[in-house]
Amino acid sequence: MERLLSIDRRYIFVFVALAVTIPLLIKFDLPVPVTKEVKGIYNKIDSLPEGAHVLIAFDFDPASKEELLPMALALLHHCFRKNVKVVGMTLNPGGTGLANSAITDTGKQYEKIQGEDYVFLGYKTGVELVMINMGENIYSAFPKDFYGNATVDLPVLKGVQSLTDFDYVIDLASGSSIEAWIAFGKEKYDFDLGAGCTAVIGPDMYPFLQAKQINGLMSGLKGAAEYEILINRKSTAVAGMSPQSVVHVIVVLFVIFGNFLYFMSGRKR
Amino acid sequence: MNFLKRTIPLVIAFIMGVMMVFQYYVPHEASQSLLKVVTRWGITIAGFAVFIGAYSLFHLHWNKIKRKFPGWGYSIFVFFGAGITIIFGLYNGGEFFLHDKQEGTMFDWMYFNVQVPAGATMFSILAFFMASAAYRTFRARTNEATILLVAAVIVMLGRVPIGAMIWEYLPPIADWIMSVPNMAAKRAILIGVSIGAIATSLKIIFGIERAYLGGGD
Amino acid sequence: MHKLFSTIILTILILLYTSVIFAVERKTLIPPSDFQAFDTPNDNGKSISLRWPVSPSESADIEYVVYASRYKSVPFDTEVLRISSTTMYEENSDSNFHYAEINLEKFFGEKDIDKEKNKNYFFKLVLMSGKNTVVAETIASASPKGNWFNWLKLNNFIIMILFCGLVLYLIEHAKKNPNLYLRKISGLDAIEEALGRATEMGKPALFVHGLNGMGSISTIAAVNILGRIAKRVAEYDTELKVANIDPIVLLVSQEVVKESYLEAGRPDAYVEDNIFLAASEQFPYVAAVSGIMMRERPAANFYMGYFYAESLILAETGANTGAIQIAATDSYTQLPFFITTCDYTLMGEELYAASAYLSREPLLLGSLRAQDVGKGILIAALVIGTILTTFGIGFISYIFMAG
Repeated sequence: MERLLSIDRRYIFVFVALAVTIPLLIKFDLPVPVTKEVKGIYNKIDSLPEGAHVLIAFDFDPASKEELLPMALALLHHCFRKNVKVVGMTLNPGGTGLANSAITDTGKQYEKIQGEDYVFLGYKTGVELVMINMGENIYSAFPKDFYGNATVDLPVLKGVQSLTDFDYVIDLASGSSIEAWIAFGKEKYDFDLGAGCTAVIGPDMYPFLQAKQINGLMSGLKGAAEYEILINRKSTAVAGMSPQSVVHVIVVLFVIFGNFLYFMSGRKR
Repeated sequence: MNFLKRTIPLVIAFIMGVMMVFQYYVPHEASQSLLKVVTRWGITIAGFAVFIGAYSLFHLHWNKIKRKFPGWGYSIFVFFGAGITIIFGLYNGGEFFLHDKQEGTMFDWMYFNVQVPAGATMFSILAFFMASAAYRTFRARTNEATILLVAAVIVMLGRVPIGAMIWEYLPPIADWIMSVPNMAAKRAILIGVSIGAIATSLKIIFGIERAYLGGGD
Repeated sequence: MHKLFSTIILTILILLYTSVIFAVERKTLIPPSDFQAFDTPNDNGKSISLRWPVSPSESADIEYVVYASRYKSVPFDTEVLRISSTTMYEENSDSNFHYAEINLEKFFGEKDIDKEKNKNYFFKLVLMSGKNTVVAETIASASPKGNWFNWLKLNNFIIMILFCGLVLYLIEHAKKNPNLYLRKISGLDAIEEALGRATEMGKPALFVHGLNGMGSISTIAAVNILGRIAKRVAEYDTELKVANIDPIVLLVSQEVVKESYLEAGRPDAYVEDNIFLAASEQFPYVAAVSGIMMRERPAANFYMGYFYAESLILAETGANTGAIQIAATDSYTQLPFFITTCDYTLMGEELYAASAYLSREPLLLGSLRAQDVGKGILIAALVIGTILTTFGIGFISYIFMAG
C-alpha cells in the first residue's frame, strides 16, 4: 500500500502518455456543447457588417500554440467569411511567425489581399505601453507593418485612427495580456473586447467576464473546439477533445485511487 | 554617490508617479501627449534592455565555458543556438538589410521546426506533472480538503465533453462552481491584491518603499 | 351583369389600395425640428457631440447622415456619420433624442486639427430614405476644446485622494506607535530556516523571479524580498543564484543584491554572474531553471512574483530535488500548484506585506494597516450596497461607477 502511494511518478507519466495517444489513434467523436462565453465572441463577429475592422492580438508563443492557434484560425475563418477586415499584431516576440502564417494562409484561402483585406503589424515590445500608444494613434505605434509597408498607406486601415475605431478587439493570450488589454486598452479607449486564453488561466478571466469587461471568452482547447463547431469547421481543436477528455478521466481516477489507498492505509500520511 | 543612486531615482519616481496618476484624470491633449512621450520612452528603454539581457546571458555562459564549470558543455549550445539563429536572421534569405523580412527563409524553417515543437513539448510536460502532483498530494485529509476534492473532480469532468456523457448534470454543476463559489473567492482575492497593489504603488511614489533601489532601506 | 359589377368593385378596391401604398412610399420625410453641435465634454478636444430630437418619419430603413465641413460656405462633402434612424438614442432621454460623438481626427487628419485650434466645424443633418432626402434646417456648428479634468472620474479621484490620505495618515500614526500587531506569516519565518539549511549543506539558494516585468507590483514586491534574502545570504556566506526572465528585472536584481552584500559588509562575496538572465521566454526559462535545479541541486528554492503555467513544472522539479521550497505569488490560479508542491506559500497580499514583515519598519507597517482599513471600508460598502440594492436603493453603485 505504502509503495503504491509513493509510486515512481514515471509510471503515472506512462498512463498519461497512453491516455493521449490511444484516443488520437482510435478516433472517436464527442459532442461539444457550445457555452455562452464562446457564443459571445461568435455573435459579436457575426453581427459585424462587411468592411468592419477586427483587431486580433496574437499574444502567445509557440509553447501555447496547441491551445491558441486553433482559436486564431477559427476566428480568422469566421472574419474572412464575413468579409471583415482583419488587423493582426503580437506583443509576444515568439508569436510573430505563427501569427503571420496564420493570417496569411487563411487570407489566401479566401482570396483576400494583403494590405487591403488584412494586415499583420508584427511585434512591438512594451506590452501596456504599446496598447496606450495604439490607443493614442495606431500609426505612431506601428509606422510599418510586418513586411515594412507604411501603415498610413494601407487601405485595410482606412477609417482606423486608434484603438477606439476598431469594431472588435480580441486578445489571444498565454500570459497576462488580457488584464493589460482591459486596464490599458478597453477601459481607457472604450472598445468591445473578447478574449481567448490557455485553459490554465481561464478561471482568472471569469470576474472580467461577469463585469462585462470582456464580452466573450474562449478558454483552452475546449473553447477553440466550441468555436470550430459554431463556424461549422471541425479541425484540430475538435479532434483534441477526445484525448483531453480521456486524460481528465485518468487524472480523476488517479485522484480517487490515491485517496482510496490513503484511507486504506489508515490516513497516516 | 548616494545622491545619484538614491535621491535622483526617488525624485524621478515621485514626479513621474504623481504625473501619471493625474494624467489618468486629465483628458486634455497636453496630458495625452505626455502619455505618448512617456510610453515611447518606456518602449525605447525596453528595446535597449534586450541588449543588456543578451550581454548577461552570453557573459554568464562564456565564463562557464572559460572556467569549465560543471555542465559547461550546455553553455556551448547557448552560443551555437544563438549564433545560428542570428546568422540566418541577418541573412534573411540572401536579402540581408536590403529588404524587410522575407518569407520561407531558413530562419522561418528553424522557427517552425525547432522553436515551435520545442516550446509545445515543454508546455505538454505540464499535463504529466499535473497528473503526478494530483495523485501524490490531492488527499481528503480534512473536511475542507474533501469539499475541494469533490469540486475538483466535478470541474475536471464537467469541463470536457465526456462529462455530459457520464452524467448530464455535470457540466451545469461545473459551470455553477466556476461562476459562483470560485468567482466569489477570486473576487475577494482580487480586491485584496488590488488594494495591496495601490498601497505598494503609493509607497513607491512617496519613497517609503525603496528596497527596489537596492539595500534594505 | 353581376360579374361586371364585381370586377368594377374589385378594380376600385385595388386602385384605392395601391394609391394608399403609393402615398405611404411617397410620404414626405419630416426632418428633426432641431440640430445641435457642441464640444464633447471631458475629452481631449478632438471631438464634437451632435444631438437632435427624433423625427416622426423615423423607421428602420430610414437613415440619418451627417456631413461636416470646415467652412459654412463650401459644400458639405465629408460624411462623418451614417446610422439607421432608430438607433443611437441619447442615454436617459427615453428615445426622444439622438446623440453621436464625431471624432474629427478621423475625418480631418490629426495635423490639420492640431494646426487650427478652436476652429469651428459645421454639420449638416440629412434624413434619407433611398433616393428621397430631406435636410434639417439648422446647420449646427461647434469648436472642439480640450478639458483639464474628466468629471466622470470625479468619484474615482475622490476615492484615490481619500485612500492616499489614509495611507499617509496611518504611516504617520505608525511612526508614533511602532508596535503594530502583525499576524505570523510562516512562509517568511521559514526563509531563515531555508537559508540556514542551504548554509549547512553548502549548497546554493535559488531565487526564481516570476514572468512579469518591473512594471508589475508583484515583481517589485519580489525584488524587495530578494533584497532581504540577499542580505541574510551575505551574512551566512552562502551562494545565492537569481534567475531572471526580464532584462530590466535582471538589472534591478543585480543592483539590489550588490547593495545588500555591501550593507552586510561582504562586497567581495558578490558575484555578478550569479544574478543572470536564464532565458527571455516562458518555456525556455522553465527549461533553463529546471536544468539548474537538476544539476546544481540548490538546497532552497524561492519562487517570488507572478507565475503562469510554468509554476508547476518549476515547483515539481524543485520538489523532486528535495529542496526546501517557498513560493510567494499573487497569481491565484497558480496558488494550488505551489501549495501542493512547496513547503510554504505566501498568498496574494502576503507577497506585498513581506517587505514590511521582514523589515518591521514602522513606515511600511503603517501602509499595511491602511490596506486593512481600506479593505474594511470596501467590505462595509459591499454589504451596505447589497442591502440597499435589495430594497431598491441603488445610489451606492453610482459612487463606485466607472467614469
